[in-house]
Amino acid sequence: MTDRKTPMLDELEKGPWPSFVKEIKKSAKSPMVRDLLGQLERSYEEKIGHWKHGGLVGVKGYGGGVIGRYNDLPAEFPEVSEFHTVRVNQPSGWFYTSEALRTLCDIWDQHGSGLTNMHGSTGDIVFLGTKTSELEPIFSKLTAAGYDLGGSGSDMRTPSCCVGPARCEWACYDTLNFTYDVTQTYQDELHRPAFPYKFKIKAAGCPNDCVASVARSDLSVIGTWRDEIQVDQAAVRAYAQGGKLNIHRDVAGRCPTRCIAWDGTTLQIDDENCVKCMHCINAMPKALSPGKDRGAALLVGAKAPIVEGALLASVLVPFIKMEPPYDDIKELLNAMWELWSEHGKNRERIGEFIQRIGLGNFLEQIGLEAVPEMVTQPRTNPYIYYDLN
Amino acid sequence: MAAEVTKRKTDIGPPHYEKFLPPVIKENYGKWKYHEIPRPGVMVHVAQSGAKLFSVRAATPRLMSIETLRLFAAIADEFCGGYLRFTSRNNVEFLLDDEKKIEALVTRLGKEGYPVGGTGPGITNIVHTQGWVHCHSAASDASGVVKSLMDELFPHFERPDLPAKVRVAFACCLNMCGAVHCSDIAVLAVHRKPPKINHDRLPKTCEIPSTVAACPTGAIRPATVDGKQSVQVIEEQCMFCGNCFTVCPSMTMADPENDGISIWVGGKVSNARHEPMFSKLAIPYLPNNPPRWPEVVDAVKKLVDVYAKGARPFERMGEWIERIGWPKFFKLTGIEFTKYHIDDFRHAGESFRRSTHLRQSRG
Repeated sequence: MTDRKTPMLDELEKGPWPSFVKEIKKSAKSPMVRDLLGQLERSYEEKIGHWKHGGLVGVKGYGGGVIGRYNDLPAEFPEVSEFHTVRVNQPSGWFYTSEALRTLCDIWDQHGSGLTNMHGSTGDIVFLGTKTSELEPIFSKLTAAGYDLGGSGSDMRTPSCCVGPARCEWACYDTLNFTYDVTQTYQDELHRPAFPYKFKIKAAGCPNDCVASVARSDLSVIGTWRDEIQVDQAAVRAYAQGGKLNIHRDVAGRCPTRCIAWDGTTLQIDDENCVKCMHCINAMPKALSPGKDRGAALLVGAKAPIVEGALLASVLVPFIKMEPPYDDIKELLNAMWELWSEHGKNRERIGEFIQRIGLGNFLEQIGLEAVPEMVTQPRTNPYIYYDLN
Repeated sequence: MAAEVTKRKTDIGPPHYEKFLPPVIKENYGKWKYHEIPRPGVMVHVAQSGAKLFSVRAATPRLMSIETLRLFAAIADEFCGGYLRFTSRNNVEFLLDDEKKIEALVTRLGKEGYPVGGTGPGITNIVHTQGWVHCHSAASDASGVVKSLMDELFPHFERPDLPAKVRVAFACCLNMCGAVHCSDIAVLAVHRKPPKINHDRLPKTCEIPSTVAACPTGAIRPATVDGKQSVQVIEEQCMFCGNCFTVCPSMTMADPENDGISIWVGGKVSNARHEPMFSKLAIPYLPNNPPRWPEVVDAVKKLVDVYAKGARPFERMGEWIERIGWPKFFKLTGIEFTKYHIDDFRHAGESFRRSTHLRQSRG
């Protein structure tokens, strides 16, 4: 352990934004954290990281949930020669009580660095930095307190969701309940990696998609509705009179299908041509709300660039009612996982797999009908694999 | 010991969220009517019953000590019955039913160094990755760049004064933990040199067929080096994605001289108005210059300023650029357009302009 000077990091204690360096120093009673600070200062000096490729560590019976991390300067910074990450499955919607937070803090105080991420990118509570010997004690205390590990590696990653009906008037289904339900149903898939690669599920209550599901989840469940936008005409007029919003220009004029008309007293929506984009509702939340016939659209295959390039998710089911126990979605998930597990290549996300085998073939294999909502337009090339058998 | 083993619990999943919901939420779950933002960083959600929930949103650096979590717990106990949550962009929100406590809570959070803001058409917290703090494949630090950027962009966090929200995200390599590739401004650290192969270690640490298969451009081939099974890289085919390093630790990418930062613009995930879209390349490379990354901070600041001046109300960065056209974007920002801006990977031709829809300008 070293207590070296950290002039470069100290610079980052200044300024109005909360400082991660101050946070690290708050936990500096831990020898691990003092070495972390020293090693990080060295990275700042040398412009290079000092962590080695992860190793296989974990808790008994699980294949995921712990990310092995070792440094490449064990002689200089021995306290962080092992500095593993523990992913703890967050409660739906990231709600806590002070008591729950303290329970987590006490466990991490006794068995790790005391540094956390609230939360990691996928949504887990991240315990940042501990030794291999502490993993089983952490796990047994977490489970005794009612917590469990999240996913890592080629498994179903920890599902996550937006704040949903707990606080949002736009939630078209219960994102918290759905997330809790699929997480509990697929504990084995979450804890024991058996897929070709990771599989992320994200639940967004409306097309605003506050959890970026369309950009990063293999199954993206986005709330939407089938009937008419609910309009309170008096409240629309109040927005018009309020003077902050130009309804003709900023609401009707920004509708992507130009399906809104405003004559100064009445807002008319051609709901058949509304694509449920949320703009008018976002602009006038006191006057407009999603319809009453609510459910979700299922999209599949989003991912970041590695390996074959980034993909946004694409429509798999244009509309589905979202009611527990979500059997139809689980049937679909099981069918997709079975096909992808058998034919997917190592480190091939399901979106890349679908591109490789063709969406048409994929649909046929999982037993879904092709519908025009799945594409922006039909194909333009005549290279059709006619199937006459 | 044996008794302990039999007691071992597994596969219990996370605690049920209902345990953590404040009474006002339990009573009005799924029955919210509308919300407003009475002041920056504070939202009020009004239920059909007339009940009100006030959310006070404060900044966090995401990387937090348990001392800070205990502080948040104490503040939650003092102001709102112990109820709080975190957002998808790593802010903390205190959930109150008593409007009268807001002022004191906002003051307290500011005093503790966790300022309130991040609502409405402004800039909220930057979602980011681990960087040099904890990642093996990082081409830059994450927390330091984010801290430097948010110190500069802070006025837009405290005061929502932009045409629309500007979502900023940071990733420390192309793996992009988090959705940086669909952000108004994505700051992405990049490697720019082919992997360095450790031929001594490679046979012991890597599976050669899976290493070869890891390369999306087919640049890796099996080779015998000094009598040992290893691989070779056709360097002109390498686009520095680092996928080989993920599969094979003996092919390292990190390079202090040549690693650095690229900046991408105009992405979004929301369906509002325009469909979701990817961010597009604005600046291919800026140097890693810790601890404050001034080149990166200046570039992002400039992008925000030019957007703020030119965009119309509700127009996200990408919508604004589509309206004015990319040539104008490069002109207004003073960013040089180079051959690196033209896609040459899969489906590259989809971004070539195949029309004469050109905004011609005189001289």
